[in-house]
Amino acid sequence: MTANPTVQAKPQALIDGGFPAGGLMSLPAVQWARANLFSNWINTAVTLVFAYFILKGLFGFLSWGVFNAIWSAPDSRLCREAKGVGACWALITEKYRFILFGTYAYDEQWRPAIVIVIFIALYVASAMRRFWNRNLVFIWVGGLALIGVLMWGGILGLKYVENERWGGLPLTLSLATFGIAFAFPLSILLALGRRSRLPAIKAMCVGYIELIRGVPLISLLFMASVMFPLFLPEGVTFDKLLRAQVAIIMFTAAYLAEVVRGGLQAIPKGQFEAADALGLGYWQKTGMIIMPQALRLVIPPLVNTFIGLFKDTSLVVIIGLFDLLNAVKAAIQEPQWRGFGVEAYISVSIIYFIFCFAMSKYSQKIEADFAQARNR
Amino acid sequence: MTTTAAARSTAATQPIIEMRGVNKWYGEFHVLKDINSTVLQGQKVVVCGPSGSGKSTMIRCINRLEEHQAGQLVVDGIELTNDVKNIEQIRREVGMVFQQFNLFPHLTVMENLTLAPIWVRKVPKKEAEETAMAYLNRVHIPEQAQKYPGQLSGGQQQRVAIARSLCMKPKIMLFDEPTSALDPEMIKEVLDVMIGLAEEGMTMICVTHEMGFARTVADFMVFMDKGEIVETAPPKDFFANPKTDRAKLFLSQILGH
Repeated sequence: MTANPTVQAKPQALIDGGFPAGGLMSLPAVQWARANLFSNWINTAVTLVFAYFILKGLFGFLSWGVFNAIWSAPDSRLCREAKGVGACWALITEKYRFILFGTYAYDEQWRPAIVIVIFIALYVASAMRRFWNRNLVFIWVGGLALIGVLMWGGILGLKYVENERWGGLPLTLSLATFGIAFAFPLSILLALGRRSRLPAIKAMCVGYIELIRGVPLISLLFMASVMFPLFLPEGVTFDKLLRAQVAIIMFTAAYLAEVVRGGLQAIPKGQFEAADALGLGYWQKTGMIIMPQALRLVIPPLVNTFIGLFKDTSLVVIIGLFDLLNAVKAAIQEPQWRGFGVEAYISVSIIYFIFCFAMSKYSQKIEADFAQARNR
Repeated sequence: MTTTAAARSTAATQPIIEMRGVNKWYGEFHVLKDINSTVLQGQKVVVCGPSGSGKSTMIRCINRLEEHQAGQLVVDGIELTNDVKNIEQIRREVGMVFQQFNLFPHLTVMENLTLAPIWVRKVPKKEAEETAMAYLNRVHIPEQAQKYPGQLSGGQQQRVAIARSLCMKPKIMLFDEPTSALDPEMIKEVLDVMIGLAEEGMTMICVTHEMGFARTVADFMVFMDKGEIVETAPPKDFFANPKTDRAKLFLSQILGH
């Protein structure tokens, strides 16, 4: 598919009055298309076939999802008439509060709404370099305290809402946020422990990582919710949400530990020796020389695991927590909205996608920033 | 040359490094065999020998990057044992320059220079930066302070590495083939810095094949082969009439071409 020299811009095109002599054929876009898509008959045929399928798919989706869609309806009667022809977004406009906030007390749902905003504000603040200092810790502590007050209530005249009733997006966000916040530091300790020269510590870390990595998250969640209480003395209970959170943290930490260890192994021996030779202690060496370099190297797999964790929070469905995905499932269980699963799942997929795509894009940006600082 | 000689006669009084029967094995392989050597304060020692002779291993034992398994090694009055406190105390007094520079690539030149003084010596940041600037001036690259190591040439990186060690105000400097990874045109700029340092009376132990440098600064040469110290002599005698056949062979190989 080399560019055909004959399609280069012809200078005489501008001689007669600035109007391209070749008409449309001399526009850059057309020239690009001729060179890359229609340079010979095989290319032309392939282009046409793909164009047909792409356009057919696109028009099909648009006519279903936009032109023939039912955007609002008090009940599902209209949707049932249009089924197969148009999408039923009315389901979303009717049930969006249940999907976003789960079984949270209906009149109090402005609270989880604010919580979502606070979470997103915290993410944005953490992403900005000018907040990368000690203040960020206070911002987070303050933000999370506020989130706790809003979700639980019980003070400042807010009605108490027990966390059994939390659900939807705030639940997903808090499982993911606390999951990353605790699993990441834990994984760093595990990775360091696995490389330790002390046999006991090394054996413990290897045992933990291999054991936890060897079982599915679902079984960990089951154990956390069903088995764990059996081992506790009578009268002592942890709530279900906390147990699920702990299971997620333990699971993710095992995976992250191996990612971090990969980064540690990529650091040349000379870096350790130079730090040693300067008299730096173990934690100074690790914290200021080794870890910053190791973590930069593993940004892509780290974010990979973070994204995985974000989506894996939906597995709490099996112990009966109404996270975003489970709330959708519950919404389409109602008899009158049964059969509109596609619309509901498309909608939550968009929410999941926005968060995951943002993480992915941000990781690319940060990687580029670090690379630039080193090699400029 | 004359200043070096003067520094020699006044400062070379008390032992600062003492090795008595130092032995080391890598598994079955006996890398250091009964090393006995004493370096007095202010002395410059050049260690040479064929590759694999144990010269790097020997100087790396002095700041415990390598562990010796038998014998006694006393540095600055402190015996090296497994005691981490002792090891860290010795490392503060012993600077080391590596063949591969080993600068910290994620930190600027200035941060490379001030990190250890601030965190190990607990020097205030401002004072550490002033000291760092003074040493960058001495190695002739003050204008590179805010750059990252990856943006410097090999010779510049090695000079930063020397300055980084000097910022800790060490009593002893170890050089482990400091010019072996450099392009030929950059070797001189690094050697000049080392000669300057020698003239100021720094105690130095250099593993190097730069025989011109050895002739200029060394108080004595240590020739090693197969894990042993084969010959110890002032450079004049060592180069003019080596006593052992192994030293003769080595010299003919490196000076012959």
